[in-house]
Amino acid sequence: MDVTSQDITATDAPRPGRRTFLRWLSAILATIAAVVLSVPVVGYFFGLRKRSVFWVDLGAVGAFPLNQTRRVNFDNPLRQPWDGVTALTGVYARNEGKNEEGADQFRVLSVNCAHLGCPVSWFPQSGLFMCPCHGGVYYADGERASGPPPRGMFHCEWRIEKGRLQIQAPHYPTLQDTLTASAKRCTDSSVHV
Amino acid sequence: MFNLLKQIGRWFDVRLGISDTLMPMMRHPVPREIEGPLGWWYVFGSAAMTLFLIQILTGIGLALVYVPAADKAYESLLYLNYQQPLGWYLRALHYYAGSGMVVLLLVHMTQVFMHGAYKYPRELTWVLGVFLLICTMGMFFSGQILRWDPDAYWGLAVAGSMAGRVPVIGPRIVHLLLGGEIIGGDSLSRFFALHVFVIPGALIAFLAVHLWLVLKCGVSTPPVAGQVVDPNTYDATYHEELKRGVPFLGDAILKDVLFSSLAVIVVVAIAAIVGPKGPTAPPDPTLAGANPRPEWPFLWLFGLLSLSPPSVETFIMLVFPVIVIAILFLVPFISNRGERAPSRRPAAVLFVIVAYTALGALTYEGATAPWSPKMTAWSGDPVPENFVKERSPVELQGAVVFQYKNCRNCHALDGVGGRRGPDLSNVGTRMTANQLIDQVSNGTPGGGNMPAYGKQMSANEMTVLVDFLVSLRPEDQLPAGAAETPIVTAPGAHE
Repeated sequence: MDVTSQDITATDAPRPGRRTFLRWLSAILATIAAVVLSVPVVGYFFGLRKRSVFWVDLGAVGAFPLNQTRRVNFDNPLRQPWDGVTALTGVYARNEGKNEEGADQFRVLSVNCAHLGCPVSWFPQSGLFMCPCHGGVYYADGERASGPPPRGMFHCEWRIEKGRLQIQAPHYPTLQDTLTASAKRCTDSSVHV
Repeated sequence: MFNLLKQIGRWFDVRLGISDTLMPMMRHPVPREIEGPLGWWYVFGSAAMTLFLIQILTGIGLALVYVPAADKAYESLLYLNYQQPLGWYLRALHYYAGSGMVVLLLVHMTQVFMHGAYKYPRELTWVLGVFLLICTMGMFFSGQILRWDPDAYWGLAVAGSMAGRVPVIGPRIVHLLLGGEIIGGDSLSRFFALHVFVIPGALIAFLAVHLWLVLKCGVSTPPVAGQVVDPNTYDATYHEELKRGVPFLGDAILKDVLFSSLAVIVVVAIAAIVGPKGPTAPPDPTLAGANPRPEWPFLWLFGLLSLSPPSVETFIMLVFPVIVIAILFLVPFISNRGERAPSRRPAAVLFVIVAYTALGALTYEGATAPWSPKMTAWSGDPVPENFVKERSPVELQGAVVFQYKNCRNCHALDGVGGRRGPDLSNVGTRMTANQLIDQVSNGTPGGGNMPAYGKQMSANEMTVLVDFLVSLRPEDQLPAGAAETPIVTAPGAHE
C-alpha cells in the first residue's frame, strides 16, 4: 500500500538515443516556456507608464493679486477615473508682477514638503510655509527657511495662455524627480542622497 | 452510532493516512520539562499563530464588503462601521488581533533570544522567524494604507518620499510603490494586492517552513546554566533527552491551548469594548489639518527619524532598517554555541534591556511627536492670563504679534502651544532684549530649527515682540542682563 522511493530501482541499462533527445527537448522547451512567460509578466509588474503632459487651468491672471500667495485646489488630470477625492491636489501660486518685457511672472509651488511630502500650510501673517510633520519652514518664494527639508519647495512648470495661469499637472514630487527641470537649479547644495 | 462514526473515520484514514503521517507529527516528543511550569515559556509562538488564524478569518470577512477602489474604499469602511451587521466588530478584531500578533511575536522572539533557543541546530528556525516578523510588519503597514483615510494617504506620501531618496533608482521605486504618477487608486490597488495576496502568501509559506523546522529540530529544552551547546555533541544529547520526553499532543499542548484561548479572549474583549479604528476622514489631500502618524509598530522609527539631525536622516531612512534586519538575521550566526541560560549571558540580557528601553522611549517620543508644530496654536491657544495681566500696552501688543506671527505654533506659553521650540514662559530670565532681537531676526544659525524672522516682521513689530518676551519671567526673578554688562579686558590681554 505504502509507496516509497525504495520501490523505484535505478537501472544500469544504456540510455536509448531517443531518451537523450527527449531530455534535451524538455530542457529547451521548458526554457522557452519560462522566457515567453516571464518577460511580459515581469514587464507588466515593473514597467513604467509613459509620463503624460497635461496643463491645468488655475484661473485668470487677474484673479491673483500682486505678491500674494494663493492656494489653488484642482482635480489632477493624471488621475484614474476611479481615484475619487484622492485625485484632488493643491498648489500655492504667487503673482510676482511683470518682468522687463512686460510678461506676467508667477511662482507656483507644490503643496508637498521637500522633506517627506507632507502638505505645507501657508501663513500669510508671518509670510511662511509651515509643514505639520517635522516642522519644515519655507519663505514665500519657496526657499528653505528652517527645519529638516534638504531643499526649497518644489516648483511647478507654469505658463500664461490667453491671460490664464496654467501649470503642468504635477506628479508626486520627490528629491530626484522634481516637477521642473528649472527647479533643479534652485536645489540647495546640501541635498544629501 | 459511535461504531459507525469510527468506521467512517477509518475509511478516510486508510485513504488519507492521517494516523500514519499527521498523528506522529502532533505526537512528536518534546522535552519532559515542558509539561512542568517551565513549559509556560513556550506558549507565545502558538498564540501568535492563533491570532494569525483570526486575521485570515476576519480578513476574508472584511474582503467580502470592502471595496479596494480609491473612490469607494472610504465609503465601504463607513458602511462596515455603521451598517453591515457586526462589520464594526470585524474591523476592530482585525486591528487588535493584528496588534496582538505583533506583541506576541516580539515576546516570542525575546523569549527565544533570552533562552538561546536559536543556537545550533535551530539557526534556520530563527531566520524564518525574522522573515515572519518582516511579513507581519509589512501586513501592518499595508493594512494601514487600506484604511484609506488621510493617515493612509500621507503615510504613502512619506513612504514615497523616503523611497525617492534611494540613489539613482529612487524615482523608479516611487513609481513602483505608488503604481503611477500620483497617490491614488493605483496605489490602493497595489497595497490591496500586497496585503491580501503577496504578503499573506509569503507569510503562510514562511510559517510552514518555520513549523517544519520546529518538528525537524525539535523544541529546545529549557536552558540550564552550565549546559553548553556544542554542535558536535548536541544532537546525541538532545536525542537522549527526547527519549524521556513527552508527546506534544498531550499535557504539553494544554498550556498552548490555555494561553491561546486567553489571547483570543483578550483581543475579542478589546475589540468589542474599543471598537474599530478609523477611518478618520475622507482621503482628501486638500483637507486642512493633516497630521499623519504611522501605526504604533512604526512609531519608534518615526521618533528616531525625527530626532536625528538632517545630515544622517537619509541614512536612517534607507540604511538603518537594513542594518536592524541584518542584525536580526545574523543573531544565530554571531553565536550558535555555548551557554544558553540568561544568567550566563549578561551581554544578551543587556542587549534586550537596551533594545526595549530604546524602543519604548522612541515609541513614546513618536506618539507625542514634540517636533511637530501645532498648526492651530497661533489662532487657537489662549495667552495665559498671568502673561498679560498688568502689562503695558506695548507688551500687550507684543503678545498679539507673538500670536499673529505664528510663533505659538512652535513655542508654548505655560505648556500650551507647539513644542518644537522651547517653552518661552521664562525666556525673560534667559535672554536679554538684544539677544532676543538677534535670535528672532536670524533664527537658528546655519538654518537650524527656527526660521529667520528678520524680513517677516516690521521694526515696530520686532520691538513690541521683544518687549513682551522680556516681560516673560516669574515676578520674583530679575530679567537676564549679565551678558549685557561690558566685558572688561585685562590690560595686555589683546595682541
